[in-house]
Amino acid sequence: MFSFDLLRDAVVIGVLLGCFYAAVSLGLSISFGLLDVPHLAHPAFLVGASYGVFLLNDRYDIDPLLAGLLITPLLFVFGIAAYRLYYETFEKRGSDAGVRGIAFFFGIAFIIEVLIILQFGVDQRSVTASYIGKAWRIGDMRIPFRLVVAFVVAVGLTTLLTLYLSRTFMGRAIRAVAQDQEALRLMGANPVRIKQWAFGIATAVLGIAGALLIIVAPVDATLDRTYIGRTFCIVVMAGLGSMTGTLVAAIILGVAETIVLTLFGASWAPAISFAMLLGVLAVRPQGLFGRRS
Amino acid sequence: MPPETQAPLLRVSALTKRFGGFTALDNVSVEIRPGERFGLIGPNGSGKTTLINCISGAFRTEPGTVTFRDEDITRLQPHMRTRRGIARSFQIPRPFKSMTVSENLMVALDFAAVTDEAASAPQRRDTMMSILTRMGLASKADVSATKLSQVELRKMELARAMATHPKLLISDEAMAGLSSSEVDEVLDLLMSLASQDITIIMIEHIMQAVMRFSDRVMCLDAGRIIAIGTPSEVMANQRVQEAYLGT
Amino acid sequence: MNRNGILFWVGAILFLVAALLMTQVIGNEYPFFACYVILQFIVLAVAWSILGGYAGYVNFGTSAFFGVGVYTAVFLFKAFGAPLAVQIAAAAAIGAFLGFALGLLTLRMQGIYFSIATIALTIIIETSVTNWRFVGGASGIQMQRPPVMSPFNSYVQMLFFVQALLVVVAVAMARYIQGSWVGRGLQALKDDELAAECTGVPTLRLKLLACVISGALMCAAGAPAAMYLQYADPSSAFNLNYSVSALAMSLIGGTAHWAGPVIGAILLGTTQQLLTVTISSEVNVLVLGVMLVLFVVGAPEGIIGLIRRVRRNRNDGEG
Repeated sequence: MFSFDLLRDAVVIGVLLGCFYAAVSLGLSISFGLLDVPHLAHPAFLVGASYGVFLLNDRYDIDPLLAGLLITPLLFVFGIAAYRLYYETFEKRGSDAGVRGIAFFFGIAFIIEVLIILQFGVDQRSVTASYIGKAWRIGDMRIPFRLVVAFVVAVGLTTLLTLYLSRTFMGRAIRAVAQDQEALRLMGANPVRIKQWAFGIATAVLGIAGALLIIVAPVDATLDRTYIGRTFCIVVMAGLGSMTGTLVAAIILGVAETIVLTLFGASWAPAISFAMLLGVLAVRPQGLFGRRS
Repeated sequence: MPPETQAPLLRVSALTKRFGGFTALDNVSVEIRPGERFGLIGPNGSGKTTLINCISGAFRTEPGTVTFRDEDITRLQPHMRTRRGIARSFQIPRPFKSMTVSENLMVALDFAAVTDEAASAPQRRDTMMSILTRMGLASKADVSATKLSQVELRKMELARAMATHPKLLISDEAMAGLSSSEVDEVLDLLMSLASQDITIIMIEHIMQAVMRFSDRVMCLDAGRIIAIGTPSEVMANQRVQEAYLGT
Repeated sequence: MNRNGILFWVGAILFLVAALLMTQVIGNEYPFFACYVILQFIVLAVAWSILGGYAGYVNFGTSAFFGVGVYTAVFLFKAFGAPLAVQIAAAAAIGAFLGFALGLLTLRMQGIYFSIATIALTIIIETSVTNWRFVGGASGIQMQRPPVMSPFNSYVQMLFFVQALLVVVAVAMARYIQGSWVGRGLQALKDDELAAECTGVPTLRLKLLACVISGALMCAAGAPAAMYLQYADPSSAFNLNYSVSALAMSLIGGTAHWAGPVIGAILLGTTQQLLTVTISSEVNVLVLGVMLVLFVVGAPEGIIGLIRRVRRNRNDGEG
């Protein structure tokens, strides 16, 4: 059963897959990692975006990546509105906000799931494109081309976001507001508007991410449940708010999953991310995470 | 005034606290005597609140020990330390927002006031009301904690800490941001508590308050003790002045 | 016992007597099917509220506990032919143990991390059971009902009464916790865990207690389901709908009082039955989700809170 070739293949695929995971987790790194929003609906948004891509691809024959780009501005606006609602309802008020905030996003995720089922049914959906279905042969390895596409796009997205957060004014404001809201307010900036913008970006990224999701594999409405484990595992391991950390953590998860898949079969794979997440969380000290101390 | 020969109430030895690469406390050792009025000063980020967190148990420390009344409490959970007699107020008040003022205090009386275990419910209510009266909050007893003003919140913080029947009370910047008459109110409160044989550690930035209140003062900077002694000694200390001017 | 206590227990006994009478008087089985489901949801919602409402720890793993209850019953019945009472008692014990393990594992996590950990637990447990051949694995297992004991005429009627008993047990426990020092401690730790700990509240111990009781009740509620459906498979036993329902019913009903989850479960459970039968089960879940979001945003204290507000306004108006 065990062979080094198999392991090598698993690692290579795992790295590619991991980069893809990073792409779908970047938004959460911003919304949860930096903004502390308990965004349990992030994977649901992701799946919703992928269905949007499916729609455009299925009806108008638009290339999935292009479709993803097209829905990005829509998602940006949606993200801003969603944050506004969240802020007005929960972050402003006091005591019960934590429980209600979590329940709120859980409810939203569920609603999105059901709406997808009502609109598209329970069957899996996939897209067609010239790069789906082909594979590269390197030596005796067979690498699906769509994974390479996902890899390239993901790395590009990560680089883009990292640069944005470190080089642009708005990006640095976002980092600042994550660390010390009060200081920012004292300097005259409006932290709410900055956070709003950040959440908009985090949601906008899901356009491309959603495209990647449906490129890599067929999607169905309940896919968000597995991705809660993956995305939160990655964001938590990454250290809340680090973009490059997200990439590294995602690659670790991707490789771990593929190795387990190769050795033990598919039925255990969904549990990996959750098990890793539990491990990371159990080891962490109480209340002290990443950038805040 | 407490004689130097008395056993220390609280002893902190070689206390060190690190957060990743950042050392918040570096080998801090100090002894607090029973009945003492102890002032703790230092620029922002010098480790004052971290020290309090370590004493009250919110943070674990390695290495270092905390000894209270001759018992090593380094491994004890915060609620056990509270029951042993260490109470603290928080820099930013942390009221129980779903409760009224009296209910806030009742939590302390129900859970922490070990000496009162035999007391019946009406007796505890009486104790609670007398504490509120002493703090000047009696009229607010049935008001929700969310409706208090800043200074009332600070007073409730102290009242709740008092309701745990502490031997040692740590007040963390209870006067920050208050008007000068409000500062006097809180200072008088702390003075009267001190006169009831409660040892008090006061963290403050308001120097006149610290000077008036303290028997001894300790100054921290970057996690280390840079001066300890009488208020006038510490204020005159070169390094203390630099630490404050430098920030 | 004071006046309220007497009122409560009289009410509980009357409720049980009524349930028993129902089984003797009504011949048609359908009402019992429907009522069984509603009673089951009352138990789940009340159990959820002990940890989620009183302590403020949002548990998404109701499905996990429920499913474990189902499969405990399946296993005991298949392996030993155990009677229903033993199945339920064992399920409660395992639920208590699972709750304790959950509490320990997540003892330092707060807020959303705890919630995600409960999702993680659900998926891990479900995956494990799916791979367990003895209880049927992924394809599920048929259950043969043993003969029904008197005074009941049909097995479903007996299950209905058993679930009614569980309701009384669950509500009595929630009521006790609410009125006792446990409840006050939980309320303090829900408001501010650090402040509670520093005020002398043994937060870890209380959290564990809430986890244990909540878990035991949820598992116990799941045990009779195997016989109720005469069938068990992982995807339906661990269906996430149980998690959403328990959570939604509690939050919509209102978590400050034990009556809240009861009201929420009756209201939403009945709506569910109607919608699933008349329209579709998807629309039913949609309605659940929408109502959850609406209440969480607009009426955070639930129906209980609305009732209290109306009462207070009326009192203020008269005063």
